[in-house]
Amino acid sequence: MTELRYIRAVNMALADAMEADPTVVLIGEDVSEAGGAFGASRGLRERFGEARVLDTPISEGAIAGMAVGAAMSGLRPVLEIMFMDFTTLVMDAMVNQAAKARFMFGGQASVPMVLRTPHGGGLGAGPQHSQCLEAWFAHVPGLKVVCPSDPASAYGLLRAAIDDPDPVVVIENKALYAMKADVEGTPPVLPIGKAVIRRAGTDATVVAYGAAVRTAIAAADTLAERGVSVEVLDLLSLQPWDEAAVLASLSRTHRLVIVHEAVEAFGIGAEIAARMAQIGFDELDGPIMRVGAPFMPVPFSKGLEDAYLPSAAGVVRAIEKTME
Amino acid sequence: MAIRPPIPDAADPAAPAGGPSREALLALYRKLLTVRRAEERLGTLFSDGEVPGFIHLSIGQEAVSVGIMSALGDADTIASTHRGHGHAIAKGMPLEGFFSELLARDEGLCRGRGGSMHVADMSVGMLGANGIVGAGLSIALGSALAHKTLGRDACAVAFFGDGALAEGLVHECMNLAALWKLPLLFVCENNGWGEFLPTSKQLSFRLADLAATYGIAHRLVDGNDVVAVAAAAEAVVPGIRAGSGPAVLECMTTRVRGHFEGDAQKYRDPDEIEALAARDPLRISAERLAGMGSNDADLSLAAEEVEAAVETALTVARSGRAPDFAAALADVYTGAA
Ligand SMILES: Cc1ncc(C[n+]2csc(CCOP(=O)(O)OP(=O)(O)O)c2C)c(N)n1
Ligand SMILES: [Mg+2]
Repeated sequence: MTELRYIRAVNMALADAMEADPTVVLIGEDVSEAGGAFGASRGLRERFGEARVLDTPISEGAIAGMAVGAAMSGLRPVLEIMFMDFTTLVMDAMVNQAAKARFMFGGQASVPMVLRTPHGGGLGAGPQHSQCLEAWFAHVPGLKVVCPSDPASAYGLLRAAIDDPDPVVVIENKALYAMKADVEGTPPVLPIGKAVIRRAGTDATVVAYGAAVRTAIAAADTLAERGVSVEVLDLLSLQPWDEAAVLASLSRTHRLVIVHEAVEAFGIGAEIAARMAQIGFDELDGPIMRVGAPFMPVPFSKGLEDAYLPSAAGVVRAIEKTME
Repeated sequence: MAIRPPIPDAADPAAPAGGPSREALLALYRKLLTVRRAEERLGTLFSDGEVPGFIHLSIGQEAVSVGIMSALGDADTIASTHRGHGHAIAKGMPLEGFFSELLARDEGLCRGRGGSMHVADMSVGMLGANGIVGAGLSIALGSALAHKTLGRDACAVAFFGDGALAEGLVHECMNLAALWKLPLLFVCENNGWGEFLPTSKQLSFRLADLAATYGIAHRLVDGNDVVAVAAAAEAVVPGIRAGSGPAVLECMTTRVRGHFEGDAQKYRDPDEIEALAARDPLRISAERLAGMGSNDADLSLAAEEVEAAVETALTVARSGRAPDFAAALADVYTGAA
């Protein structure tokens, strides 16, 4: 067993992918000389050369479009956008170009690019450096979206994303970058679209992803002391998401709570709730509950931000509500 | 009023002393004619209701497509615009695949999912027309990066209109291409219009000055003279492929039709449109050919052959299948089918 940090797992995945495939290149602001704003690409310029680890000017629109064009012409670009909030500037490239190229060119082209970007609050970074905008991307046919919750999944999903022939958005949570976990050797490559049960339980299912998995597990711990057995399902992939795994868990527990750090309204949780109401209706013994951020920008002050972020206590309340 | 640079005359220093042989020019003329006939036919098909959607014709601008493409090979890539039929055909997209796509057939190169604004043929390096003004610049930028990184002896070409110059992406892409010395040729088709407003009312700068800001060589070209365009492209493409960095060709040209088919151009002075006949790219080439000793029979033979090729492709396209919905749905992601 060795201890692996989340950010180091990202770094290893990039290095291993670059080692395995000479067409993998890293593109982004401060990814090369500085090794990434959060250190994801540290040491990779020294190892693979500056032609494959490219520091770009602050031109998100152009570098995203460049990644699309490069992917259509034989490279496998991994683009880093320093904060998910800045993905507002890459929307044309991702939504109108990357997502649609394969379909609208009749299968002539594929766009094997990855957009890596961190979301999430908790660092006092304020309204423009903390947002969770994954639902925007998950809403676009042609894009895949994954959101690892720990070091092993950070490695396994990033490797899968780089290998994937289609554009994949890999969303990391900034608050998880320092997270450590014990792993045995190199973590396995994970299939995109598969959820995992992080904690088995019988009384209620909590579906979560990213940093919210920790919140869900904390809530499950609290309720275990009260004799309530909660199953925590880690989605890992948001588009496509593992509908079968959610339905299977719901069919065992008959209660469903969905947790994410993103704003609750119109979020990933809304989609899961709607689908389960449709295909899992007969299994439900209580209302489907969602726990997400309130409908407001992420605030700066610690007090405000703490109140803003979904908490274990909030998840406990939601589970209790559906079990009433 | 207008910030339109003068159209260079025939004494443009870009045009090499010799110029193309009569055979070579006849071949270019035939390509011009192919684009023209294909688009004229699309115009009638559109008004007859056989072509759905929006189509933007490049009639009057064919010499830019044909001239630039004459300097390119299959390994070179291009990213195009909403007005991309000429780029596609000149780059080598077969007419059958082209018409089949425009008629929304399963045999279309995009299987009836893209249509006019997304015609593409990856096998000849045509990375797609584009419905988003300016987006093609960044696609070409990425393709140029791939050529450079993978050590290919190839360049990428970004086509864009003068209206696109007001997009911020132009600045980002020119800066990056110059900074990294990417093998990228910027081709601006300056037709004086962006939709229904003269670009003199949209732009406060000249492309020449913008290019100079990035240290990119800029050349003004008579975009209606295929010989001048071809010469300008030939003058810069080998150097670009060899790593000398990007260049800008600003091709002064003429949009004869409306912004899209069905646009009655009420906003335009009829005299202006009438005057365009004197600058018709086909007429300019035909006159050059006549000066080189071609006779009317050469030209009418070319016209007959092109006409026949267009009609044959159209007949094939008309007999094609409608696209299958389930197949389309299964093709959003690779290997999902
Ligand atoms: C991003 C974006 N904005 C606006 C439009 C609508 N539009 C389509 S073509 C066009 C004018 C473009 O002018 P120019 O680049 O000069 O090309 P031209 O039509 O003259 O060939 C506009 C505004 C669009 N398709 N995409
Ligand atoms: Mg224009």
